[in-house]
Amino acid sequence: MSTKTATPTPAHHVVHGEWHVRYNYPVGEVGAKFFDALKEKRIVATRCSVSGLTYLPPRAYCERSFERCDGYVDAGLEGTIEAATIVSAAFDNLPKPPYAIAFVRLDGVSTAMVNFVRGMDLADVPAAAARLKPGTRVRVVFIDQPEGKITDFHYVLA
Amino acid sequence: MNAHNVAVIGVGQTAFRSRSDDKTYPELAQEAVVLALADSKLEPEQIDAVVYSMAPTTFMGVADADKWAVDYTWARGKPFMRVHTGGATGGSALQAAHAHVASGQYGTVLVVGADRITETPDAQFVLNLIWDPFYEQDFALNTVTMTAVATQRYMHKYGTTEEQYANVVVRARRNALNNPSAHLKGAIDIAAVMASPRISWPYKLFDICPRSAGAAAVVVSNETLARERCTRPAFITGTAGVSNTVFMGDRMGPYADTDFADYAELKQAARECYRQAGITDPMRQIQTVEIYDPFSSFQFPQLESLGFCASGSAQRLSDEGAFDMDGELAVNPSGGTLCTNPIGVTGLVRAAEAARQVMGRAGAMQVPNVRNALATAIGGSTQFFTVTMLSDEPRRAAA
Repeated sequence: MSTKTATPTPAHHVVHGEWHVRYNYPVGEVGAKFFDALKEKRIVATRCSVSGLTYLPPRAYCERSFERCDGYVDAGLEGTIEAATIVSAAFDNLPKPPYAIAFVRLDGVSTAMVNFVRGMDLADVPAAAARLKPGTRVRVVFIDQPEGKITDFHYVLA
Repeated sequence: MNAHNVAVIGVGQTAFRSRSDDKTYPELAQEAVVLALADSKLEPEQIDAVVYSMAPTTFMGVADADKWAVDYTWARGKPFMRVHTGGATGGSALQAAHAHVASGQYGTVLVVGADRITETPDAQFVLNLIWDPFYEQDFALNTVTMTAVATQRYMHKYGTTEEQYANVVVRARRNALNNPSAHLKGAIDIAAVMASPRISWPYKLFDICPRSAGAAAVVVSNETLARERCTRPAFITGTAGVSNTVFMGDRMGPYADTDFADYAELKQAARECYRQAGITDPMRQIQTVEIYDPFSSFQFPQLESLGFCASGSAQRLSDEGAFDMDGELAVNPSGGTLCTNPIGVTGLVRAAEAARQVMGRAGAMQVPNVRNALATAIGGSTQFFTVTMLSDEPRRAAA
């Protein structure tokens, strides 16, 4: 490998900076329906009667028909993995590894939504990955006291 | 309106490495401009407009740093615009420059940018911030994890092994030995890739690009000026871009119109690019490609969606050596994005390397007899795709 050892830049030639920026993000009218439903341990999708598609995360407009989504439906609380990974490395400011994430298409919904898959032994990464293959069934588990946030629930293997 | 033919007449790129502490950010961009102007044999006043190739500025830590680079790139008194489509930025910036010249509004346009990813240790945290704070940001999505899930889906669909991806890394690092600007290079073997630490299934450390600092610039002119100034210009004969929804989960399963595993958006972009460039048989008509591959898994779905081989067959062709320097299609003679990733200019480097192949200026990387060279770039939530064709002669499709 051709990695040359460069002379380190002296500390007084480097200016340190940090950004601290605060935000408040309104969830919008459609988001309010979704997040309020989470408090009741329900997952609410939007539906477009023109395209027949049901969306999670919920949308105001159907991106296929360009019509306004005209219905809300309760998603099934079981679903199918479409894609997944197991994270073994620590990224600064992100969760402590290991953890598994998966895009899951809940029953009755056209699209997949990402969340953690918890309750798995992740010590053997290839073996755990084999248990998260596309097509694998999972179910939704809510925390005891939902707060109306996306982290109110996660997936576990069915 | 009759579109003007457009050609690349010069390129410049700095060495890429983890840090460039001898220069500030705009000084780095300036170095690429100096090199590109020398390569084009032009003076700054001969540039009519500047397109600035700059992705998120949060990595290098000065908001909207394009404005900082205006006087350093001799853009004062000229039209200047920044283009930003994440990892596809360089491809989109060149597409904008092409339109500037093809429209007849400007004769010669400079595309330039610089990036510095290691100014912050928080790069993957910064990348997590590209997702919305309501539904997706909480789940540790970043460029590593989002493409790892696409790769897991692809492996399941086509039976790809970790070793087949490792072989792509071996080829990339070997090719990069011929590239004086490459960040990572060297003779390694599949076992070394397999032994590198696990990051996110199926990726190990060596399956992932480095974070690079550096700059690149490309000069494009109309055909009349290009022929006056350059003995062998690289004509931009096709330029296409396709974007898709931010929601990756919309691109999976029976209701999806594109499959996230296949980067199927590239089929649409390639169809348009090939129509413009008169390409009907990519494997026969295109001699080399510089495709955007920040991860070892990015080559197979792209080569398939670009029409070089059937879906699921790239892994076998790769094993057989078809994509080696002396194979049927030389894939990423420069070592590609796997060896060098200065995000905001990575797509521009792909096009610059493809142009150098056509111009016969690729040095030790040169593929013989290049008439057509293809460059791609991919950005955002794997949602912006560009395809650019560089050719030895203009080949505009009949209107």
